[in-house]
Amino acid sequence: MRRVIRHRLFWPIVALLVLIAINTIARPQFIGITVRNGQLYGALIDILRNSAPLMLVALGMTIVIATRGIDLSVGAVMAVSGAVALTIIDASSDPTGVGTVAVAVLAALGVSLALGMWNGLLVSVVGIQPIIATLVLMLAGRGVALLITDGFITTVNSPPYSFIATGYLIGLPVAFLISLTAIIVIALFERRTALGVLTEAVGINPEASRLAGVRARGIVFTAYAVTGLLAGIAGIIYSANIRAADANATGLFIELYAILAVVLGGTSLMGGKFTIAGTVVGVLTIQTLESTILFLGVPSAQSPVFFAIVVIVVVIVQSPRLHAWARSAFRARARGAASDSSIDHAKVAS
Amino acid sequence: MPADTEVPPVVEMTGITIRFPGVLALDGVDFALRPGEVHSLMGENGAGKSTLIKALTGVYPIDAGEIAVAGRRSVFTTTADAQRAGISTVYQEVNLCPNLSVGENIMLGHEHRSARGIDWKATHREAAAHLESLGLELDTRSQLSTHSIAIQQLVAISRAIVLDAKVLVLDEPTSSLDRGEVERLFAVIRDLRGKGVAILFVSHFLDQVFEISDRITVLRNGRLVGEYAAPELTRAQLVSKMIGRELDELAALSSVADRDIDRAGNPVLRATGIGRRGTLEPVDIDAYEGEVVGIAGLLGSGRTELVRLLYGADRADSGEIQVNGKPARIHTPRHAIDHRIAFSSEDRRAEGIIPDLTVAENIVLGVQAKRGAVRRVRKGEADAIVAELIQALGVRPADPTMLAGNLSGGNQQKVLLARWLATAPELLVLDEPTRGIDVGAKADIQRKVAELSAKGLSVIFISSELEEVLRLAQRVVVMRDRRKIGDLDSSEIDLDGLIDFIAHNGSETAA
Amino acid sequence: MTAIDTRPKPAETLASRYSTFLRRRASLMPTLSAVVILIALLIGARVRFANFLSPGNLSALLLDNAYLIVLAVGLTLVIITGGIDLSVGSVMAFTGILCASLLAQGLPAFLVVPIMLVGGALIGLLIGVLVQYFNVQPFIASLAGLFLARGLAFVVSLSSIRVEDPAILWLQRTRWSVGGWYITPTGIIALLVVAIAFFVMHWTRFGRTVYAIGGSEQSARLMGLDVARTKILVYVISGVCGGLAGLLLTAYSGAGYPRNGIGTELDAIAAVVIGGTLLTGGTGYVLGSLIGVLVYGTIKKLISFMGAEQSWMQIIIGALLLVFIVVQRLIVARSQRRGR
Repeated sequence: MRRVIRHRLFWPIVALLVLIAINTIARPQFIGITVRNGQLYGALIDILRNSAPLMLVALGMTIVIATRGIDLSVGAVMAVSGAVALTIIDASSDPTGVGTVAVAVLAALGVSLALGMWNGLLVSVVGIQPIIATLVLMLAGRGVALLITDGFITTVNSPPYSFIATGYLIGLPVAFLISLTAIIVIALFERRTALGVLTEAVGINPEASRLAGVRARGIVFTAYAVTGLLAGIAGIIYSANIRAADANATGLFIELYAILAVVLGGTSLMGGKFTIAGTVVGVLTIQTLESTILFLGVPSAQSPVFFAIVVIVVVIVQSPRLHAWARSAFRARARGAASDSSIDHAKVAS
Repeated sequence: MPADTEVPPVVEMTGITIRFPGVLALDGVDFALRPGEVHSLMGENGAGKSTLIKALTGVYPIDAGEIAVAGRRSVFTTTADAQRAGISTVYQEVNLCPNLSVGENIMLGHEHRSARGIDWKATHREAAAHLESLGLELDTRSQLSTHSIAIQQLVAISRAIVLDAKVLVLDEPTSSLDRGEVERLFAVIRDLRGKGVAILFVSHFLDQVFEISDRITVLRNGRLVGEYAAPELTRAQLVSKMIGRELDELAALSSVADRDIDRAGNPVLRATGIGRRGTLEPVDIDAYEGEVVGIAGLLGSGRTELVRLLYGADRADSGEIQVNGKPARIHTPRHAIDHRIAFSSEDRRAEGIIPDLTVAENIVLGVQAKRGAVRRVRKGEADAIVAELIQALGVRPADPTMLAGNLSGGNQQKVLLARWLATAPELLVLDEPTRGIDVGAKADIQRKVAELSAKGLSVIFISSELEEVLRLAQRVVVMRDRRKIGDLDSSEIDLDGLIDFIAHNGSETAA
Repeated sequence: MTAIDTRPKPAETLASRYSTFLRRRASLMPTLSAVVILIALLIGARVRFANFLSPGNLSALLLDNAYLIVLAVGLTLVIITGGIDLSVGSVMAFTGILCASLLAQGLPAFLVVPIMLVGGALIGLLIGVLVQYFNVQPFIASLAGLFLARGLAFVVSLSSIRVEDPAILWLQRTRWSVGGWYITPTGIIALLVVAIAFFVMHWTRFGRTVYAIGGSEQSARLMGLDVARTKILVYVISGVCGGLAGLLLTAYSGAGYPRNGIGTELDAIAAVVIGGTLLTGGTGYVLGSLIGVLVYGTIKKLISFMGAEQSWMQIIIGALLLVFIVVQRLIVARSQRRGR
């Protein structure tokens, strides 16, 4: 039993289950899944589908954070990706053709990958702090997206493209299947190859890893490149959903929610050990929370307040000071009346 | 000039005991500082020097014993407490703000203020006056970072004067200074001593200690060895008190060291004139197949700096390296690894163990890093290597899934060693492999090193324990003050002779 | 023995004067280069557009960006301590809509304005406490502030609210002109904030503590400075500046709008960095941040003059930021190599 509680994923999963339970009590149809024309529908299915963009971005963010970095540009990359895809579809002679869509998607992914590699270069080769390096793209990226769309919100009517966001395959939403595939591929890559262990080593102790001969540069570069690609996929799903490329609104604040998901899932912002499963749970929790807030009738624009409270609670709980307080309070109670003149160790700050 | 022992001490520490988890850092140590004296605290790593200083400066709480300042019992919970009691410390890293001016650093917190804000003219004037009283003339408006470390240290000392320090603790003040800068520092120290300040001088440079100190206190293994008047102590006596003699449990291994080494062909590694400006004068060193070369010398003599250059952890300014007779470019650890050189750092926590990974993952890391990120070492293969090494080195607990950070120091060292042995190196470079670990683990590691060298592995290792060096090595390279002063045949020298050699300038014996 | 008398000598050559200047004020270089860039931009703009440097346009340059100036000043203090505050844009929006809402409900302006400032201060206090007492990274702590302020802005109102209060509108509508130059109360407030911050940073112990923390927090603590209180205060100040900026923006646009300031914190950070403040802390000048905002404003004006799309604005600012950061990195790398 102790092993179960100590497991990293215990509290995140409990939080998610509690959230689901509360929702179910409030509206029993929450966990109801109906089948229509061989396709699954329901609030839970909606969560799985709507969480796809955040899931993809958070996966990349997890790996970047594991290398002691951060990527603030994912929202902007999403915007660029959507802009590229939709511009190609819009400008083509056959917007509804599968071929056109394929070309558009590939182009968008190519650009996103290039942007991710740009970040990787700045961080691993030029040696710029990740927060600043990705800030540049965060600023410039949306401008680039606006340029690509000529300042307008490009809209298209392309069934094959929309299919990505709203279609179904084997009964499940395509968007969900895409994010599920990404989860599986990344998990396999990180754990089947040595990439995961080496990434963790670099994040936990960069100097020891360097002396052990680990090629940190390649690992860090890959992390940002992959994140760029994943943000690109997220951008395609997002723009396919609204059938438009809105350079300003696409992925707005998504980097913040992604960081929150990673932190909720148990990966430390200081880098090192990371958990893909934890991030998945974190994303689902956030999406469920979003759904709960909407159900409560709170306008979605006000939902950041709830997330702020969640962030604050999480970081306070994770804070070492809280642990020190708890430990000293525990110790004081245990020691009882036995007082001595020795110095209270908890007070010695260094 | 040396303080009269009749004068009451300004600082008196009695029966100081400090415990850390698993380690008794200080065991009932007494220490006294008198006004107007320069008192040096000596001891090797792990002796308890820095712990004692940290107790005095309020960084560590004490578990037993008392500290009295100017006769009054004092309890320090924070560094501010110690400062307020008149104890000022100047650390090696010079705890000042590099982005502020010299004058501002001196007067920070004590600037001249009026209703119209800080009066910079008056503040800088006072700062200049303080500097002048130490015989220094600096542009107080210049940024601190534009000055050398030597100057920055003097600025830090000036600040201590502003704070009206009764006690000045100088922690390794001369590590980055050249000869002229050291002389200037000593002039300032003598001046302060004349004014009645008690100075606690911590340094591992023997010559300097003898030059400046009035008294010397020696610690070893957390205990007080003794307090001596500097003029009455010889160098050799000091070194032998610091290093001491330990029971030799492994006399049997000395026969291993008496092997004959075939030095006819190319050495596995030959470094000629290898050096780095500011850290190491050019050194020649080589190691043959199956040979164990020990590097001896006191702290700060340049031993670690040397091996880091051999391994590519730092990049050399001068000299060249040959591996098996062929010129080799070793600028990064990767280069060294590709030449089958392995290195275990002396700071196993900061530079060796990855604490949040398991023992197995730590051991396989070296092999995995070599293979790259994509081709993972297969589980069966990894398990076999890990199991064999855990058993061969006696890692306890023998659990490959345990987090490496939870092992004791000795077992962590074994895991590090295992990591490198797994890569089947030709040359193994070890920096203080048995420091701070229990006797049993020590014996295990020494035995393993002897075994492997008998099978053909070359080993270069640094150790502060001279018996260990003489026991395992065929040759001993002696370092001092960042240069090599000798290359001795271990069968021709005994412990006393080696101590003697290190203590005195010694006749240079070029390898 | 090396000579240690480095005092400036009376009979000075230009070279020795320059080297003394460098020893004292090397950290001014990035800011000076920002001034050079600003001048170059203005000259270039004048060449292209004859009336760019008209007094009217230059006055507008200051006044259109008054809110950004105030934000940048608060942000400069935070960044000098080595932290960052991502919440400033959202705090500006929140206090702005709060102001408009309270005014619409009949509260008098002399009550509303302090409430705005307190609101900003409270969010800043939250961030400061998280950073100082719970060891939360400033990035995350101010992120929480951003979320909170942005959400609260929408809680106050989901849509914009016009401001009719004469006192507020007076701030923007009044003009004092000399020749073609003019200034409004909002501009004066912005300049006053800069002036006060300039004084505080260079002539008070608090300001010097801010610099000290940025240079080395541990050293500052060991030297007995009140690091904890100062660190919390800089975030409070940044929050107050956010509130003040909210006031200026609301007066400028005549309305509160919860969607204001999305992304403004990035513009502010860019302006601060361009103005010569290092993101690593310890170096920077509020006057430099003023220059940085003017650079930002000039580019914006140029773009609108050229009839190009505003999207170029973000790209250019991003590119400029990158150039500055790379140069900063090169300088740091070179000085590290030169060091022992």
